[in-house]
Amino acid sequence: MNMNVAHHPTQRPRDAKLLVVDADGLLQYAPRRELASFLRRGDLLVANDAATLPASLTGIHLKSGAPIEVRLAGRRSLAVDDLHEFSAVVFGAGDHRKRTEDRAAPPPLHEGDTLALGPLKARVLALLAHPRLVALAFDGTPDAIWAGIAQHGKPVQYAHVAEPLALWDVWTRVAAQPVAFEPPSAGFVLDWALLHALNARGVGFATLTHAAGLSSTGDPALDARLPFDEPYHLPRSTVAAIGATRQRGGRVVALGTTVTRALEHAASRGLPLRAGHGVADQRLGAASTLRILDAIVSGTHEPGTSHHELLRAFASDAVLARADAALLANGYRTHEFGDSVLIERAARKSPMQTTRRRGRRDRHGNLIEA
Amino acid sequence: MTTPASISFPSRLSGRRIAITGGTSGLGLALVRALHAQGARVAFVARDAERLRRIATDLPGTHGIAGDIARKDDTHRIALQINAALGGLDALVNNASSLGPVPLALLADTECEDLDAALAANLVGPFRLTKALLGSLAASARERGSALVVNISSDAAVTPYAGWGAYGASKAALRHLSAIWNEELAEHRVRVVSFDPGDMDTPLHALAVPDADPATLKRPADAAHELLALIAGELGAHTTITTNETQA
Repeated sequence: MNMNVAHHPTQRPRDAKLLVVDADGLLQYAPRRELASFLRRGDLLVANDAATLPASLTGIHLKSGAPIEVRLAGRRSLAVDDLHEFSAVVFGAGDHRKRTEDRAAPPPLHEGDTLALGPLKARVLALLAHPRLVALAFDGTPDAIWAGIAQHGKPVQYAHVAEPLALWDVWTRVAAQPVAFEPPSAGFVLDWALLHALNARGVGFATLTHAAGLSSTGDPALDARLPFDEPYHLPRSTVAAIGATRQRGGRVVALGTTVTRALEHAASRGLPLRAGHGVADQRLGAASTLRILDAIVSGTHEPGTSHHELLRAFASDAVLARADAALLANGYRTHEFGDSVLIERAARKSPMQTTRRRGRRDRHGNLIEA
Repeated sequence: MTTPASISFPSRLSGRRIAITGGTSGLGLALVRALHAQGARVAFVARDAERLRRIATDLPGTHGIAGDIARKDDTHRIALQINAALGGLDALVNNASSLGPVPLALLADTECEDLDAALAANLVGPFRLTKALLGSLAASARERGSALVVNISSDAAVTPYAGWGAYGASKAALRHLSAIWNEELAEHRVRVVSFDPGDMDTPLHALAVPDADPATLKRPADAAHELLALIAGELGAHTTITTNETQA
């Protein structure tokens, strides 16, 4: 039996639900609009402020004349002028209304082939060990490439949402640099009223920018390689906010899997965290030690996906199995416009806890400054 | 002739990331030139791609972005290109404006479509673009201490001039929107201010008052320097963090 799928691109449906899994594995059901009440004074919520690119580019493979759809999938850095080369997943005829699993293959692609993608022109630099995964180089200045992507591109979307997505459907309320290939959709919970509520509660808010990649390609061999390497940028103000939060014994809460991947990657290079650019190339799972994060707010993910695998870094398989059963039994919706979970890292999964907790808490769990 | 801004604020705008709508004529173009001269990183938006290209070529390092801020479908494309070109945003200047009916008309003679067009360009457009860029502005404020939106206003936003109904009503609404937004965004350290440049010798003024004597009008370059001082003051009120970041 599968979970309910959210079919409509509504970022904050009024009836959105939240499942809270605490450090002891206890479950609690709540309306998602009450998210702020599960965060405590002294906590810090960290979001990914990447705006989503219209990364689906349709066009023609010039050598064969065959129609293709190119889904941009990776960049080596976030530098504004490092824009000529992308990795991309290529499909043949058809569009998002057909399940990716059922999409036609592209015409055979070879190094040097040119693709006409609306106002853009791209050359195949190499095949990346798969007939559908290529390195592309775009012609033109960075400004011209950005303009071409902005004019011609459409958001990457899947068959479970039928209506064509507009950019405003896939940009979170805090969207900034256009570097994500799919929306950092855990951030759909955010609006400015929530940010105000967090501020009023004494909960901090910070952002990083992480180039969230494709969640699915429809090809088992390619899906097994997900997530691809994802560049990110960690601002100084965020590093400072995390340091202050840890210092006072508050919890650092990731809004989404991409924030988790970026922060834990940055931490793997050594603590204290350093601001700057990085490329997250690790996989997080049951064996991972979380160095920074105390909790995650995420969409609901089905077992077997890389997103679900990442949740195993926060909670044991037994707890996640109970949470999955609870999501199913209570009609929680999945996919990017679905419901949410808040998972606190299991007590036994926090080896640093004893040395980190300096503040005391009152009976409501709020931090009392030492 | 000396320009006060270039003496008073030589470095405060250097490297700051600033976007201007209506950047190919009048006050907008003068501001693009002045900011470029100050070493700011500038993106400017206008409908005429050919004019954009010429000005961007004339002012190396600036980014011309084609789009119509009055069109909903253009909003996110414009925001995407501004963020992409500048790598972030410290200040947005909503300068592009529509006069409404040309020649000016009494309100009772103003076609509904002309009022719609004035509201789309002068109120709804700046609202949409600001909203689409607010994530970027707030990120800049967290990192650098402040960010700024300047909405270009007019004395017609305050004084009820006969014949200026569509323009005056839309600018009055923009002025009030700015004031409310400024209250709401104070906790995020994003300032939203109105700026009235005065009567200038611009294409818009020529449309409104074709027989005005240009000698009696302010030069756009002078208004641009006043605006430059305002931007530098708002952004410069906080210490800029020098970057010392690591590279993977």
